[in-house]
Amino acid sequence: MKIFIPTPLRVYVGKQDAVQVNAQTVGEALSALTSQHPDLKKHLYSDEGKLRAFVNVYLNDEDVRYLPEKEATSVTEADSLSIIPSIAGGC
Amino acid sequence: MLKLSQHIYNTLRKHGEETYPHECCGVLLGRSQDDVNTVEDAVRAGNTRTDSAHNRYHIAPQELVKIQRQGRERGLDIVGFYHSHPDHPAQWSKTDFAEAHWLGCSYVITAVANGVAQQTNSFLLRGTSEDDKSFEDETIQVEELVAGRC
Repeated sequence: MKIFIPTPLRVYVGKQDAVQVNAQTVGEALSALTSQHPDLKKHLYSDEGKLRAFVNVYLNDEDVRYLPEKEATSVTEADSLSIIPSIAGGC
Repeated sequence: MLKLSQHIYNTLRKHGEETYPHECCGVLLGRSQDDVNTVEDAVRAGNTRTDSAHNRYHIAPQELVKIQRQGRERGLDIVGFYHSHPDHPAQWSKTDFAEAHWLGCSYVITAVANGVAQQTNSFLLRGTSEDDKSFEDETIQVEELVAGRC
């Protein structure tokens, strides 16, 4: 499956906009991604190993945090993951 | 440097006037090379902070995913974001900085006073991580309209 990488993080994946991984679940896909590109890990996960609060992961159009099985959700080759940092602010 | 057409520049400023006294927000699609973010399109986004829309904005991640996908289909990347500061200067705030995570992207802010767009500034989010990020004043180069393009 493909994992789409946002512009700020492409520098850690050889400037690719997407990374191809083999995985059965969302969690496996993310593990495969950070195994292939170890420098990416600290930008996605806190020191405690939790996905950083501002990092959103979408399976197709669904937020993984709100899927019943979360990172244990099964994936197929036709699915795609998008990593998308949050955008917010104000005066 | 941030490069964009007069049309896009006008469009994002007008968006801030339309949503006044609430903050507007949107995504800048284009290409990034050698510290220059060139904008090809500004995509309006909804402000989900309806609880405090006069001084806060937030773009739903699902909308970002869709905009990113639409950009990819056109060969464009997310190179920045814009929002307005109703009755507030066009300077980044502590909230803007705390919530800024797109390193290398441009954050454009338009001050809107009494419903009329005033100053528009851009800030480049520099750094390699959350630990060393910083906002840097960025020159905005507005290019004149070219026949056949907008």
